[in-house]
Order: sequence, then structure tokens, then C-alpha cells
Amino acid sequence: MRKIFDIIANNAVPAVFIIISAFAIPLSGYSASYLVQELLTRIGRNSFLILSLLIPIMAGMGLNFGMVLGAMAGQIGLLFICDWGIVGIPGMVLACLIGTPIAIVLGIFCGHVLNRAKGREMVTSYILGFFINGVYQMTVLYLMGWIIPITNPTLLLSRGYGVRNAVSLLGIRGILDNLIPTIITGTQGTAQFVNINGGKSFIMMQLPFLEGSIRIPLATLIVIALFCIFIVWFRKTKLGQDMRAIGQSQSVADSAGIPVNRTRIIAIVISTVLACYGQIIYLQNMGTLNTYNSHDQAGMFSIAALLIGGASVSKATIANVFAGVILFHLMFIVAPVAGKNLIGDAQIGEYFRVFVSYGIIAIALVLHAWRRNREREAARRSLRGNKGDE
Amino acid sequence: MGNNPLLRLEHIGKEYYGNRVLSDISFDINAGEIIGLVGENGAGKSTLLNILFGMPVIASTGGYEGSIQIDGRKVSFTSPNQALAHGIGMVHQEFSLIPGFTAAENILLNREVLNASSMRYIFSERVSTLDREAMNGRARSAIHTLGVNISPDMIVSEMPVGYKQFIEIAREIDRKNTRLLFLDEPTAVLAESEAEILITALKKLAASGIAIVFISHRLSEVKELCGRILVLRDGRLITDQPSYTLSTRQIASLMVGRESVRREETPEVTETVSTETDAPKKKKKIRPALKVEHLWVDMPGETVRDVSFEVMKGEIFGIGGLAGHGKLAIPNGIMGLYPAGGTVKTFGKKLTLNKPRAALGKKMAFVSEDRRGVGLLLDEPLDWNITFTAMQTQGRFLVGIPYIFQMRNDLAMRKEARKFIDQLSIKCTGPSQKAGELSGGNQQKVCLAKAFVLRPDILLICEPTRGIDIGAKTLVLDTLKQYNKENGTTIIITSSELEELRSVCNRIAIVDEGKIAGILPASNPAEDFGMLMMGQVRNEEEGEFSA
Amino acid sequence: MIKKFIENAGWPRIIIALFLLALFVAAPFVGVRVDTSLSNTLVRFGMNGVMVLAMIPMVQAGCGLNFGLPLGIIAGLLGATLSIEWNSEILAKLSELGTLYKISWLNDLFLTTWREPIGFASAIIIAVPIAAILGWFYGKLLNRVKGDEMMIATYVGFSSVSFMCIAWLLLPYKHPTMVWGYAGKGLRTTISVEGYWLHVLSDALALDINTENIHLYVPTGMLIFFAFVALIVWIFMKTKTGTAMTAVGSNPEFARASGVNVDRMRTIAVMMSTILGAVGIIVYEQSFGFIQLYMGPFYMALPAVASILLGGASVNKAGILNVIVGTFLFQGILTMTPSVINSYLQTDMSEVIRLIVSNGMILYALTRKVRAGR
Repeated sequence: MRKIFDIIANNAVPAVFIIISAFAIPLSGYSASYLVQELLTRIGRNSFLILSLLIPIMAGMGLNFGMVLGAMAGQIGLLFICDWGIVGIPGMVLACLIGTPIAIVLGIFCGHVLNRAKGREMVTSYILGFFINGVYQMTVLYLMGWIIPITNPTLLLSRGYGVRNAVSLLGIRGILDNLIPTIITGTQGTAQFVNINGGKSFIMMQLPFLEGSIRIPLATLIVIALFCIFIVWFRKTKLGQDMRAIGQSQSVADSAGIPVNRTRIIAIVISTVLACYGQIIYLQNMGTLNTYNSHDQAGMFSIAALLIGGASVSKATIANVFAGVILFHLMFIVAPVAGKNLIGDAQIGEYFRVFVSYGIIAIALVLHAWRRNREREAARRSLRGNKGDE
Repeated sequence: MGNNPLLRLEHIGKEYYGNRVLSDISFDINAGEIIGLVGENGAGKSTLLNILFGMPVIASTGGYEGSIQIDGRKVSFTSPNQALAHGIGMVHQEFSLIPGFTAAENILLNREVLNASSMRYIFSERVSTLDREAMNGRARSAIHTLGVNISPDMIVSEMPVGYKQFIEIAREIDRKNTRLLFLDEPTAVLAESEAEILITALKKLAASGIAIVFISHRLSEVKELCGRILVLRDGRLITDQPSYTLSTRQIASLMVGRESVRREETPEVTETVSTETDAPKKKKKIRPALKVEHLWVDMPGETVRDVSFEVMKGEIFGIGGLAGHGKLAIPNGIMGLYPAGGTVKTFGKKLTLNKPRAALGKKMAFVSEDRRGVGLLLDEPLDWNITFTAMQTQGRFLVGIPYIFQMRNDLAMRKEARKFIDQLSIKCTGPSQKAGELSGGNQQKVCLAKAFVLRPDILLICEPTRGIDIGAKTLVLDTLKQYNKENGTTIIITSSELEELRSVCNRIAIVDEGKIAGILPASNPAEDFGMLMMGQVRNEEEGEFSA
Repeated sequence: MIKKFIENAGWPRIIIALFLLALFVAAPFVGVRVDTSLSNTLVRFGMNGVMVLAMIPMVQAGCGLNFGLPLGIIAGLLGATLSIEWNSEILAKLSELGTLYKISWLNDLFLTTWREPIGFASAIIIAVPIAAILGWFYGKLLNRVKGDEMMIATYVGFSSVSFMCIAWLLLPYKHPTMVWGYAGKGLRTTISVEGYWLHVLSDALALDINTENIHLYVPTGMLIFFAFVALIVWIFMKTKTGTAMTAVGSNPEFARASGVNVDRMRTIAVMMSTILGAVGIIVYEQSFGFIQLYMGPFYMALPAVASILLGGASVNKAGILNVIVGTFLFQGILTMTPSVINSYLQTDMSEVIRLIVSNGMILYALTRKVRAGR
């Protein structure tokens, strides 16, 4: 009986989403190929960011709300390459190279702060995100173009310093997504795409039942796949094993001689650096950088997606990441249209998905705390002698 | 190695803040020897282990006296890791295992077998992957040494308690250099058959050349397993002799000792309940103040099952026994602080269990053993600490209309607090000082004041003198005696210090492994209590011991 | 002596107090009037004070900082919008009463001088029971997740705000000043309270000196109202229940052993916090002039949390004095930085400074080591 309850409790979130989507998809009236195309784009865009959350969870530090720190580091990298006018893959690589040391420094800072706030890592990393956001805004809005040299006038506000609210990333837009252009088409769509790509060669596959055509961000997906392999490998290393040990019991790990605080900092640094790369990949797909907002949403949406994929605060797998991206973004795509078709107001669908994002995080946190308290209770009970069971 | 013993202790001594806990301990341990180390709580066992293991607490309190030699070379450890490096292994009483890991992962925790990888030259060893097969192999062989059959893939959280103990020991065995193994109460959580397997395994280990120090209160096991027995008492090494020369009764009496001193100070209050041994007959005439029947209490680490006893009005009743055997659970359970079952009657009326308010409503007061955790509001002033319980349960120190609007009467609170500060001579700057800023002894007095304010009919006190200095100890015990005399209050004291109980109580119940082993008048010789504590009820005297 | 003072007050507080002082000193030199700045600070103090008070019960009961303040704010918003929606009905009912008892002067009063205060009072009267109910559920929830209250409170706040976004669109409000003109339904994002209860408290007994040399405005009524609510909280914390609540926050095990129902105390504390949040937002709106719906209440918890921490409260201890000092310092900084720094640097850095100060303060409180063993 208990087991059945646990299974339901563990998978309730994804199940609810599948049900919502099952109702909303027909209501939205989107075609299958449109949905697949959109989902593929979003998997490419978001997966890397979400994957960066896995390692701190493994180390028992909960959901790393501090991943926005990495996102900010990535954005600073992007601002510089925009200023220097470096485009294409070299631009992206350079942005990563600039972002990495910033992310490492922020990660070390974050790790130290979280080591001082053991037991409330999540709320602390969450507030830390806001705090660093203030520092970031100060840097970008006042110091850039004043102390930090930014020469490109199209980046700067008209007053001569401070970066504009929206920065176009045309130079690297879609550069990774289209590195290896790949298209799947139905039998009829072939001809159109050859022209659009201006004669560039691309991999093309044909599927007989497909209507329309789907472009696949193959290179991005390969990068993500490599990253997944990295995580699988990382779990098998000594460092990964140490993190798992710390995640389950800091005191036991400590008495076994594992450097607990140092390892926790490493976990956060890795997560922050990966979030930095994730944000760069995300923005190369979007094509524009909202200097003051882009990073804000990165954290919330990534965490919500991971939880929707069935992860919890203490356990998350690669499968959760992809299930989460698909379910969360499926709802993202269909909810406004479904809302409009159902009630006649697109705004409702918009608010609905915001509500769902926050609600799901709230529910996941509640379930986690509740379960943890219950387990503590059960552990206590198991100490009771036989007589006590009467 | 031939000439020098594996480990030699010479004149080891230790003081904590002027409080001597160990003095002049000297003994040798040779390879392959099994030594039994026994002693009461507070005899100095854990301090000795802390010194040997280089626990930071020793260095931070001024180090120790004497010298430790390994293989004839003097060593001085400042961290447990150094002790490990010298081949000293230790299995603690509490499990130190990671629940979600397999047996193999736990046995090799932080000593994992790694695959060779070129990455380690760039970063560190920590980026090499684990060689699971080799790990399982090593774990399997360590487990096999113990003569049990546990799969290395089994998750620890799914294991029965006994298995976990074996995994702990296997972890120490797996250390290639382990030559000396300390086991602290390893059989406490084991069933009898498991304990037998462990004893056989330990004998086998010793035969392979590893020296073992076995710390246990189960004297029969100690006698069966160990070649030599060391008895510690009050920080001194009382005996160091081969086990065949000692009977369990002798060991027990050595542990508690002090016959000659005892006889003189018979408790003054003996007259009130004169012939305690005849308690069963007496209870028909006097209604007991507290009657406990088949009580079980689920207090982590101190569980008791099926406890029954009676306490007469005006009596001072002691509950003794070793730590972890459940004596603390009895008062905590009666007061409703931990889940409990069974029947408890106060003055013939049934008490609702699991509700602190019900117990407090029956004019019972409680002084917790966990002073800082349960007993005090460390961040609040003394007057709060002293009067809070009375305010909440008896509606005192309030002004206004009950149930509608009642404000606390700060003046009355302060006055009451001042009264007790004078009466118990609590050293503080005044009623508004924070309780957390007081010394242990004064905090204990605050806890007593809190109980006295309630004007209880029955007062339950746990570990009244734990962690306070000798002067304060006497004062606390005298206060209790005096309070009992003046107000006729029934007092139940729970303490791990037998001498303390014998000096104030009329009768003492000894709790062993979750049950009452016996109830004896305090005037009985100490070794009788010692035998009860060690779980050695003499068959021939069964009738006298069972209550 | 000085060292002790610094230790008691804490470095961040002193730095910020000195910073504020420096701003006031510097103000005249950059052409910012000290008197108007002071007036603004006082107005903002009165606007936000009650919401900061809402932190006290939860902190004292050991539930941590109330990041779930938006829940209380929502109750307040419901009260505010409903008081406007039903304004004419309420007034009509009251004047009927006047007619019934043949007291025509009362009738007149209802429709003239008392019109606005009645509107304001009705907003509070509607909001309080809603807040109490929401707070009860919220308290029950927090009792189940002991140890994780703050994070969960944050997301309870967020999800309730976003849920209400949907509700504001769908609830059957009809009043023309509040719903979108073109659709005839769905509430607007900002609703003016002008003509209902704009400045009812602020302008009551207000001191308004406006001469050539001095421009001083003191919203006496609002400050009195704040003092009144603060007094209620202060008295409550001195009652038997309030004492028990403090003990629960200080050491729940002690409280339990003393026969106190820990969960019940926590629930009461959460309910009080929620109610104070509801009242607080209505006070805020009457001074601000607008009801901000939809994402308006989203980040409102952070300034309140930062204020009380700035005033010297910790994650588990807070008092009225912390509220007063903290709100004054925080609002002072918010008022002074835009005016002074902007005139000096010609840019608006107030938003960035607000972010850094408020979140830095919260971070400081969260990472402060709990004094070992105490």
C-alpha cells in the first residue's frame, strides 16, 4: 500500500503534466510537425542549462538557484565578443573563454557562502542570485563604457556608458544550431529548403509520413550529448562518488576523510561554469540578449523544467532533464493558444504557465520537505523495540 | 617488533578544566592479543579512546600526560587520520555508514579502487573512475574474513542492524595496515546468534595477528572472548589480569568498587521508607505516588520496553543503569515527551500519556537531562526560564481575564526569579540575564528552580549533576534532599552515576537493555547494583532481585 | 564600549546608517532639500511600516523570515478591490441604517465626511478574514515542512501571486473604474483609489508646512495608525499566547515540554503575519494612490524582509524596535540615493543600490553563524 503511494507521489508531477498536455494539444490545434520542430529547438536551447543543475543536487546542495551567477558570467562574455565584433564559432568559443574565469570566481564565492549557510542552501543561493544580480547590473549599467572599455556605440546607451537593454547577437545567432544543417522533410518539402540555405550543403533525411519539414540543431544536440556523457562519466569518478557520499551524510563523509567543504565548492563551481556555457548556447539560439532580464528567467525556468521531469530536490537524472524539457515546453507552446481557444483570452494561458512554473517548484519543495520529515519520523520509529509496535 | 609491544601506554593522564578524568594509566598490547576494557560510564574509557585516536577535543583542552609508543617509538596524534595511518582502527558505537551506498562502497569509502587515467596528471586523482569490480572483490574478502555472508552490492539502508555492524568492522579490516582494532560496544545491537558469529570472527582476526580491544558491558562475552581484562574505575586502571582469573561477579565488583566508603554514609532518609526490601508488602497500606505498569517508550537510543515499578509518597527513588539502556526514557516517557504506551497512575489516577500538558496538570515537574536542548530557553532571560512553565500550565504570573486576555506580569516573574536566585544562590547578574550565558551548574539550578516553581507533588529529574563541577554537584543534591524533606515531595532521580543515587535515594531501580533488571534498597552493596547493570542477575538470588 | 556597541549593532547596520547620514549631510551640497527628503522618508516609512511589522510574529515563532508576504498582500488586494466594488452598496446600507433610526445627521456623515474612512475600513474588514483563512492554510502547510519554511514561503508567495493573475482576469468584478474599458471585464493592472480612500490616513491630522524656506509634510494619521498597529503587536507579544509563541521560536522542545502546543502557536503566528500583510498593503495603497494588481505584489516581500534585518533582527528574533529602525534606514536609503546620487552622478542608481543593500542584508542574516550552543 505504502509502495503504491510512493510510486504515485514520486511520479505525480510528470503524470499531471502529461494529462494537461493531452488535453491542451488538441485544443491548441498545432500540427505535429510544428510541435516537433518547436520542441527540438527548445531542447537544444534549454537542456544544457538544466543539465548544469544536476551536480549540486548530487552533492546534496539542493536546487542551485545560484546558477544565474553562471548565466550572468556567460552574458558578460557575450557582451565582450559583441563589442569586439568577433562572430561565428570563434566568437562563441571566446565568449566561453571570457565567461569561464568569471564563473569560476563567482562559483567559489557562492560555494563559500553556501558552506556558511548549511541546511538552507536553497534560500541562500536564491538570495545570492539577487545580490549578484545587483552587482551585475552595477557593472553593466554603470561601469561598462566608463571604467570597463566598451567601444561599439550600438551597444551603449545614448548617455555614453551602460549597455543597452537589448543587444543583438546577430554575429553568433544560430551559429551552433546550424553548424551541421540537418533537415527532415516529408517527401514534398524537399525542394524549398535547398534554396533557403543558399545552396549550402546539408544533411537531409526523408520520412514518408511527415508533413512539412523539420530543421534539427544537430551540432547543439551533439554538444548536449557530449555533456550527458560527461555527467555519466563524472558520476563514476572518485569526485562524483565523494559528492554522492556528502549528499547523503556530511558527517560520515567528513569522518571518512573526504574534504566536505572543498568538494561542495567544487560542485558549485562546476555547476556555475556549465550554466555559463548553457546561457551562451541559449542566447545563440535566441539571437538577442536582454541584458537585464535574460539571466533572471534562466534559473526559474530551468528548475521548473527539471522538477516537472520528475526530479526532486535530492535526486535528479539525465532522463528527468529531457522529460522535463519536453513536458514543460510542450505546455509552454500550447498553453497560450489553448487558453485562447478555450476562454478566448491568450493572457490566461500566459499567466497559467507562469503559475504552473512557480506552483510546481512550490509543490516539489513541499513534497521534499514533507517526505524528509516523514522519513526522519520513520527512522526514529525503526529504533523502537519489538514491544513498541503494539 | 619482537621486543617491543605493539602499543604501550605509559602514565597516561588527562584533566578537563581542573577535573581529573584519567590518571596514571599504563599497559601494553601485543600483536594478536584480545583485550577486554570494562568500566562504568564516566570511568574514563571514552577519554582514553579519544587520546589514542588523536581527537581534536584532547588537544583543544590542553593535551594529555604520559606517552604512547607504537612498536617502541613514541607517537602523539593530533588527528584521527594520523592514528589510522599508524594502523589503529576504531569501530564506534554509532554507525558511521552512508545509508544509500552499497556494502562495498561503504567499506571502501574514501579508499576506493581507481582506474588508471591520464586525466589525473592534469587534475587530481579524484577525476579517475572507480573500479567497481575490484572494489567488490576487496569488500567480499573483508566480509569473508568475518565469517558472514553479505553481498557487496547490498544497500546499507536495507540491511538488518547486525549486518551494519559487520560492515563497520569490515571497513576497518580492509585497511591494509590495520594492526590494532578498537571495538566500542560492538555487540550491543546484535542478536545473540550474530554476537556469536562476531566473537568467532574476532578470534580468527586475532589469530591473524591483529590486536583487538573489546569494550563491552556484557561481561560474559568479554570473558569468553578476551585473554586479558582491564578494569577502569574513576580514571584509574584497577586491574590488568588474565580473564580466567576473574569471575564475572568479581569484574562487576571491581568496576563499581568502593565498599569500605559506602557503609558509612547510609542515606539519612531511610526512616521514611524503612524496610524497602519489603516494598511489595507495604504497597497495600500506602497508596503509591506513582505506579507504572508495562510502560514502553520510544526514545531514540534509549528505548525501554515493558517497565513496571511503584514509587511511594515522599520517597526518593533512583533509576540507574548504563547509558543507552533506556533509563532516561522512563521519566521522558511519563512526561509525554516521547511516544509511550502502558499505564501510569499518579495517586491512583490514570495519566494520559504522550501529552506533556497532562503530566504537568497532575502536578508533576520534570528536569530534562538535555539542559540546553529541552531544559532551557538559552536566548531568553532567567525569569522567563524559571516561570514560563508555571505561566503556561498553571496560569500564574499573568494579569487579566483567563481565556480572554491575559498579559504576562513581568514584575511578578522577576520577583519569583529573584527569590530562587537567592534561594539556590544562582550566580548571575540578575533575572534579566540570558540563560545561555550561565555556567553549567547555574543552568542546572535554573532548571531546578523551574521545576520548584511548579510546586510539584512528583518531581522527575534526569542526570541532575551531569556536566557540572563538584561543588555544584553537592549543592544540587543537597537541595533535592532538603526539598524532599521540607515538602514531602516524591522525587525520582535518573542518573548514570550510581554513587550519586546511592547517596540520596531510598531505593534504586537498575535498567538494563530496556528492562528493569531489579530494584534494590540503596543500602545494598554497590556490587549488587554492578551485577544488575552488567546483565548478570544471579540465579540463586533471583527472588530477591526481581521486583 | 564602542566595540560592544559595534558588536551589538553589527557592521552592516553601522555602515548603512553612516551611509544614510552621509547622504543627508551631502544633500544640501548637491541641491537636494533635506526637509523634503525627510518628508519623503517619513511618508515611505508610514507606507511600509505595517508590512515590516508582519515579519515579527513569524520570526518570533521560529518560522523564519516571511518570504510568503505576498499571500497576505493578496488578501489585502481582495479587500481593497472589493471595498471599491461594493462601495456604493455599503454606503447605501449604512445610510439606510441612519434613516431607520431617524438620525439624519448620521446619514449625512456617511455620505460626506465619513465616506472615505468607511471605504478604507471596509477594505480592512473584508481583507482581515480572507487573510486569516489563507494564513490558516499557509500555517498548516508550514508546520508540515519545518526546516524549509523560507524557501517554501517564497514559492507559496510566487505561486499565489501568479494564480491571482488568472483570478483577476476571471473574477466577476463589474465596477467601471476597475475593469478594462474595452472588454468590460477583467481588472486593470493599476486601479486608482482616488475618490474612495486616497490619503485617508496620510492626510488625517497631517502636518503640512509649505513656506518659502521649509517644505515639511508629516503624514501624522498614517504614523499614528502605524504606532497603533505596532502597539497591538507589542501587547500581543506580551500576552500569554505571545509569550508562548516567543518560547516556541526560541526553543520548540522547551515549549513542548512546558505543555505548549507548538504547531498551534506557529499557525497563529502565520495567521497574524498574513493579516498584518493584508492591512499593510491597504495602508500602502491609500498613500500611494493606486492598487497594483497582477505581478505587483511579486517582489514585495524582499524589501520588508530586508528592512527588519537592517533594523537588527535575526532569522529567529525580531522586535518592534527592529521594525522602526530598519524601516527608517531602508526607506531613508531608498529616498536619498536617487535624489542625492542622481544629482551627483546624473544617473539613477537607486534600483541597483536597492538590490545590493536589501539582498546583501538578507544574505548576511542567512549566513551569520548561529552562535555555537546558544
